Amino acid sequence: MPGAVYARMAQSRVQGRVFAGLSAPGVEAFELDERSRARRFEQLFTQHLDAAYNFARWLARDERNAEDVVQEACLRAFKSLDGFHGDNGRAWLLAIVRNTYYTWFRRNKAEGQSVPFDEDSMAANGHDVADLESAIGSIDRILQQRDAQRLVNAALARLPEEFREVVVLRELEDLSYKEIATIARVPLGTVMSRLARARKLLLQHLQQAQRES
Amino acid sequence: MNCTESRSRLHAYLDQELDLPGAVAIDQHLAACPECKALFAAQAALRSGIRRHAEYHAAPADLADRIRSKIGASPADVPARRGWRWPQVGQWLPVGAAAAAAAVISWTAAIQYASVAEDQSVAEQVIAGHARSVLTSHLIEVASSDQHTVKPWLSSKLDFSPPVPDLAGAGFPLAGGRLDYLDNRPVAALVYRYRQHVINLFVWPDAKSGRVPPEALAKHGYNVQRWSDAGLTFWAISDVNAAELKTFSEAYASAR
Repeated sequence: MPGAVYARMAQSRVQGRVFAGLSAPGVEAFELDERSRARRFEQLFTQHLDAAYNFARWLARDERNAEDVVQEACLRAFKSLDGFHGDNGRAWLLAIVRNTYYTWFRRNKAEGQSVPFDEDSMAANGHDVADLESAIGSIDRILQQRDAQRLVNAALARLPEEFREVVVLRELEDLSYKEIATIARVPLGTVMSRLARARKLLLQHLQQAQRES
Repeated sequence: MNCTESRSRLHAYLDQELDLPGAVAIDQHLAACPECKALFAAQAALRSGIRRHAEYHAAPADLADRIRSKIGASPADVPARRGWRWPQVGQWLPVGAAAAAAAVISWTAAIQYASVAEDQSVAEQVIAGHARSVLTSHLIEVASSDQHTVKPWLSSKLDFSPPVPDLAGAGFPLAGGRLDYLDNRPVAALVYRYRQHVINLFVWPDAKSGRVPPEALAKHGYNVQRWSDAGLTFWAISDVNAAELKTFSEAYASAR
């Protein structure tokens, strides 16, 4: 129960202050604070670093950029640690990773590299509908192929990032709609509709890859 | 429920984001509609395919240390630290003490909340187990009003032996038993009848043992009685009214 853990940590932090105040004021109290603060961050961050990196890696689709995003996000998280009072450290950190990716990293990225996203233009054309229908019948067979892993990773990487992120958060991090809505800063209904579209697109991508190979 | 409604909720169903009545409605539609069922099967296959095959990128081994050194090495990069300075400790002491008290309170509250949340989740599972057994006609695996048939059958399949008294005298004839899965473990489900109603009594060992007096809950139109005794946890659930379910629990507890 993370809530209890944080409450306990907050408690020990406060006690640290009080005890330090009784013995020696000033610098020592500051150091104690620093230590428990660092301890709190250390726990959050070691627990959720893999989730943060996996999320950044799927957003950026590149190792070096993912590392930069995670480093920057962790610095931001450390700075805003005082503002975090919730009990869901993973969702909190992932929200910062996402925010970092979209503001800091995107600005530094060359224009036109990202997959274009337009929720309305994602409406399927006739060809896609046919792909979707045959994919529904053959998904089991596609997934049993020897290169299923490559096909799935390629299909996921091809998704526009707004769709890719909800799938990664849902299927790889197993987060609830509510947590995803908080992280992606969209209403709950949008999480559901994006997941529905993302899964349709994934089926189409898999079917196309299957046809081409 | 028609196909349009069912398909609009298919993803919420797949992701277990629907409440129990919503999920049961989809269950029923899928059982009757092969097209929707095929669609659901494809989505379920896709989902497990992604979970199995999509790469989970763990952080590189040295990333944590690089971040630590960044945070530790240059305090100038971390202005928020200034907020933690504690210039006049004496002046703040009462505030600190109050905060400590508040932290203790919230800690206690968090522990209590944790156990309430746990119970809530078990209660949801008990209700789901009951609804499933009634709806899917998977109510009884060993049909017998004879306690000497039901008890050995359950004991042979579980690592504990639930008490199976016959309560026909009290108006609750034994109908049989089955295995179910609750609270992350196989449990005994005893089925009793009361007039036209079904009472499911779930029994499983409880590490927290000790005696916990009966407690009544009501949720989604069902009544629930739960208690613990001699290392076993009991959850009785039914659509009978609360007073009748209480009579049942008392009859069971005194007969065992």
